Amino acid sequence: MASKPRIAFFDFAGCEGDQLQVANLEERLLDLLEHVEVVNFREVMTERSDDYDIAFVEGSITTPADIDRIKGIRKRAKILVALGACATIGGVNCMKNFMDESVYRTHVYGPMARAYETIPARPVSAVVPVDAEIHGCPIDKEEFLRVTKELLLGRTPWLPDYPVCMECKAAGNICRYELGRPCLGIITRAGCGAVCVTEGAHCWGCRGLAPHANLDAAKYVMIDRGGFSRRQVQDLLRFYNGYTSAPL
Amino acid sequence: MSDLEQTAGTPGPKKINVHHLTRVEGHGNIVAEIGTDGQVEACRWEVPEAPRFFEAMLLGKHFSDVHQITSRICGICSIGHQLASLQATEDAMGIRPSIQTVALRKLALHAENLQSHLLHVAYLVLPDLFGVGSVIPLASTHKNELKTLISLHRMANEFSRVVCGRTTHPQRLVPGGFAKLPTVKDLETLRRDLKDSLSGLQTAVDVLASVAGAIPAFTRPTEYVGLVSPAEYALLHGHISTSLDQTRPAGHYRDVTNEYMVRQSTAKWTKNKMGSLMVGALARFNLNHAYLTPRAKAAAKALGLSAPCHNPYMISVAQLVECVHSVEDSLALVDGLVARGIKAEARMDIRPRAGKGVGTVEVPRGLLIHAYEYDDQGRIVDADCVIPTNQNHGNIQKDMDALIPDLRDLTEAEIELRLSMLVRAYDPCISCSTHFIDIRGGGGRGSMVRFVHPN
Repeated sequence: MASKPRIAFFDFAGCEGDQLQVANLEERLLDLLEHVEVVNFREVMTERSDDYDIAFVEGSITTPADIDRIKGIRKRAKILVALGACATIGGVNCMKNFMDESVYRTHVYGPMARAYETIPARPVSAVVPVDAEIHGCPIDKEEFLRVTKELLLGRTPWLPDYPVCMECKAAGNICRYELGRPCLGIITRAGCGAVCVTEGAHCWGCRGLAPHANLDAAKYVMIDRGGFSRRQVQDLLRFYNGYTSAPL
Repeated sequence: MSDLEQTAGTPGPKKINVHHLTRVEGHGNIVAEIGTDGQVEACRWEVPEAPRFFEAMLLGKHFSDVHQITSRICGICSIGHQLASLQATEDAMGIRPSIQTVALRKLALHAENLQSHLLHVAYLVLPDLFGVGSVIPLASTHKNELKTLISLHRMANEFSRVVCGRTTHPQRLVPGGFAKLPTVKDLETLRRDLKDSLSGLQTAVDVLASVAGAIPAFTRPTEYVGLVSPAEYALLHGHISTSLDQTRPAGHYRDVTNEYMVRQSTAKWTKNKMGSLMVGALARFNLNHAYLTPRAKAAAKALGLSAPCHNPYMISVAQLVECVHSVEDSLALVDGLVARGIKAEARMDIRPRAGKGVGTVEVPRGLLIHAYEYDDQGRIVDADCVIPTNQNHGNIQKDMDALIPDLRDLTEAEIELRLSMLVRAYDPCISCSTHFIDIRGGGGRGSMVRFVHPN
């Protein structure tokens, strides 16, 4: 890699909240710019170049044109990093995958239902190889800085392999199940510091399933012990994790 | 560049093709063609954003999840989507939030308007006025000013965090109230930060005033649409008003928005009395300027903004004026909350009931509407969201149509810049705007949804 690596940002179907998190680094973004050269970041700059070392990609792949575009980015980038839940695990966009295509097309576009292209939503790794992932909806800006540093040092970024429950206990939260509420912290990859639970909600699963997550046991906890309906459990599992071969 | 300069002062032919306009949220293209004798052959604002089908994805979803799903429509206005969504759900369920909840939600909305407006004015628009391609070169040429703007933006993010728990996709806002409340101590720290930001905002006003000469003088009167209230500069609540038509209760929004589709855009367009309409900071300023706080009025005067203003390039100026208003109004809201003390409120036990509800909120880019119909289990059978940028797409096109004959003698690069600046002024949030629904009929669309494991 050149002495000052060239980095680029790209977005597909998503809310651009992850790139916003990068912009929200404020002064520290200027610090980062001393070590890298940003050559493509449509959301904040007009100059652009197709010569880059690291590509950060936000959003899910949802149209045939997206497939060609991501393949082109993959070809040019030495390192491709998926940024945020839509890019890493498919995210909320995959909710439509469980519906009949004709239904969602017609519901939104009526007589123009066939005028716009769409394919089932999928994460970037379902189309091209991905070198690193930064999870979350949105990403955590500290984690973005850490992973970027690790990549610049030539290391493989570290990802927690334990569930959110570990961090939730450390944060001193009362278990949502004790409060009679459902929660996906039991099977979701940690790294967020259990931010949603700490702020009064429950874990929605935005960082994807932790390695070796036991879905059967989780369903037992949620349905048989927690008393939640299959529909409630299904809603929660499909909120972010709709792109999986696991039966949700 | 020299090739382009040679075309200055000559009628044509000229071709402008901006593929994926920069410094806006989402994907938009500008296409313009001027023929050899100077006639305009094409002029199009295109939205090729991938459709995401949010309204369809909401079908069958439970009311307790809906505001979290709709938050993901947009990272920049995730709080606004939550507020509109919660209002619609509460309207349908017959829930009335407490005075404390309303005050905190007003603060949440101010916080988001501040962070979004400052991001737009400082990071996305100022580079054009200084003649550079991004905010990055300003770090060396205007270091102190940029530092002030960055600290303002950071304050706005911190403001969002203190009230909502997180700046993007917050978790504290729930139907009926707040899942977690800021403490009085948090609010007192916030009050200090808000007070401190007033001098920074004055610097921002001075910086913008210093380059105001670079704002193009172009006017095209249009219909201005936004919420109004007899009590305040309407943001969280109000009736829908327009500069050319009667004021209506929020539930009658379809009479104003009139969405329709065009081939060049996956986002829908709107119109009412004229061929297009405008929502957003300038529309709000034109409708509600009398209710601005004193400092905001002074900022408008210093920036040469007076109502009615028909120059769309002045939207960014109106945004900065609103920033001043938001800080002053937030100070008053914080004072009220601190004086009353923050009271712990039990999580509201909501019994779902079948019904329809509409939520209308003025978010950074303008009037945002969420309308839902629920079944008696509290699951959505129909959803409609009308997004501010959607309402502005038609107006952007009409502005380009009116503007381009005046530009035909400029170079291609200058025309491209002028058109790009016009679109940027609207602060389009294109990801938001591309999944919105056709409103005809009604009639049991929800029953067509396929659930693999119904209950």
